[in-house]
Amino acid sequence: MSVAIEPNQFDTVDHSLESEMTLSMGPQHPSTHGVLRLELKLDGEMVVKATPDIGYLHTGMEKLFEYKKYQQGIVITDRMDYLNPLGNNLAYVMAAEKLLDLEIPERAQVIRVLFCELQRIASHMVWLGTSALDLGAMSIFFFCFKEREKILNLIEAASGGRMTPSYFRIGGLMMDLPAGFDNRCRQFLEDFPDALDTFETLATGNPIWQSRTKDVGVISGEDAIDWGLTGPCLRGSGVGVDLRRHNPYTGYETYDFEIPVETDGDVWARFRVRMRELYESHKIVRQALERLKPGPIKADAPKVVLPDRDDMRKHMDSLIHHFLIVAEGFNIPPGEVYMPIEASKGELGVYMKSNGGPKPERVHFRGPSFVNLAALPAMSEGEMIADVVAIIGSLDIVLGEIDR
Amino acid sequence: MTKKLYEYVDAMRLANPDWLGEVIDAFGEVTVFIPREFIVDACRFLRDDHGFDLLADLTGADRGPEDDPRFEVNYHLFSTKHYNRLRLKVLLSEDDAKVETVTGLWKAADWHERETFDMFGVVFDGHPDLRRILMPSDFDGFALRKDFPLRGYEPYSLN
Repeated sequence: MSVAIEPNQFDTVDHSLESEMTLSMGPQHPSTHGVLRLELKLDGEMVVKATPDIGYLHTGMEKLFEYKKYQQGIVITDRMDYLNPLGNNLAYVMAAEKLLDLEIPERAQVIRVLFCELQRIASHMVWLGTSALDLGAMSIFFFCFKEREKILNLIEAASGGRMTPSYFRIGGLMMDLPAGFDNRCRQFLEDFPDALDTFETLATGNPIWQSRTKDVGVISGEDAIDWGLTGPCLRGSGVGVDLRRHNPYTGYETYDFEIPVETDGDVWARFRVRMRELYESHKIVRQALERLKPGPIKADAPKVVLPDRDDMRKHMDSLIHHFLIVAEGFNIPPGEVYMPIEASKGELGVYMKSNGGPKPERVHFRGPSFVNLAALPAMSEGEMIADVVAIIGSLDIVLGEIDR
Repeated sequence: MTKKLYEYVDAMRLANPDWLGEVIDAFGEVTVFIPREFIVDACRFLRDDHGFDLLADLTGADRGPEDDPRFEVNYHLFSTKHYNRLRLKVLLSEDDAKVETVTGLWKAADWHERETFDMFGVVFDGHPDLRRILMPSDFDGFALRKDFPLRGYEPYSLN
């Protein structure tokens, strides 16, 4: 009458994972680039499951936009991706300009391109320095920050701010470039190729660096699209999408540059894409400098753009416009736009919805870091725990943008 | 520029006329309102037959407590083949703020939907892991709703 019972039939323990443990990496861990916590399920040193836990830096910026006038919102955007503030400025002001249908003068467009590419180099410098530091290569960090410092000095010369420039305004720029900026920028461009050679020697040619990055954190092109990866992470998987080329803005279609694409989809491929982008950005900055011709830097829209100081002292109507813009703001016609740009980390999209008043009804930032981080489990499961550090470095995340 | 986008709208109309609500063409972008029961079908059609393979963004918006339908969910689709963009919009009323998840179509939708749930309280039916993402798990209320005060209801303390 008795039924035969297999000895292990009711055994609930999965013996293959007997050594499994859960490890909480972060939120205060030097290699998570901010306050990111990873819940790692480990089998020995192998990652079985990775769950990112974010929100530690959440400051309600998207809520704050709804309580600030359009021009006040620019300051908030600086603090999102704090390594690429000019890119954030650009996406935000271009969303508002699209709603207002403003024509931006040529000089302002060229200066925007110039600074966005300088900022891209600065952002990539931080990425290269810190991700190399995570893998134990210390000296490259100092070389990177030395170059970044030069760019921050250039940004400071133009806007007065190093990390939080708020240089792009709705309708143009805050102010024109200072005297002698050309030469300082040219000096930087002349010195930068030497620095690039240094990086290639220290990182690219380094066998330890190669063995730590090759075949680590592989993601295929289809998976990358499925996870919504953009920017260097997508181009490292063989999908050559760059919004500067494919959804052009601020006249990028008239510049001559290549889109670096690598096909391996590993940490090394993403590293190579960013390294090659540095050369391209260098090329674009040089072209932008050559195109710099004297001209207006603000759109001809007195109800939106702040008048020059000098103008205000001479003309009554300029003074009135200035007062109204500062005290009451300007109205933007109702509507909604989605303005994507190619930031240093990928597609930075601003969804802006206006209800016709001086404050937006809804502003949403589609941060590239937010989406790229979501794909971390797909890349790191099955890898060693030390490689998770390399993968986080290759994603180039900024928690200020992820948590907003 | 939007002429090309209308080809996709027409193709959707041809596939199933029930899918299309209002179609708005403004600022060089096309917005298609979709009844919520068809959103997954419409997304699948655009992804499989018309190359909109990348979900660029998914986000909510609150029109205010007195409006009905109160919530919007915006799907921003992008194609890595022909580089066009399309916005799909679903309207939801406050007492039944539910829409089917698109995580089955794009893995990217996972965190976007969690964020929309976290901020607006819109429930995505069938989402594998619908938890708060930015706010603490014991947080009360939905921060981006218009009737949620800027500084919150009471000083929030982490226990």
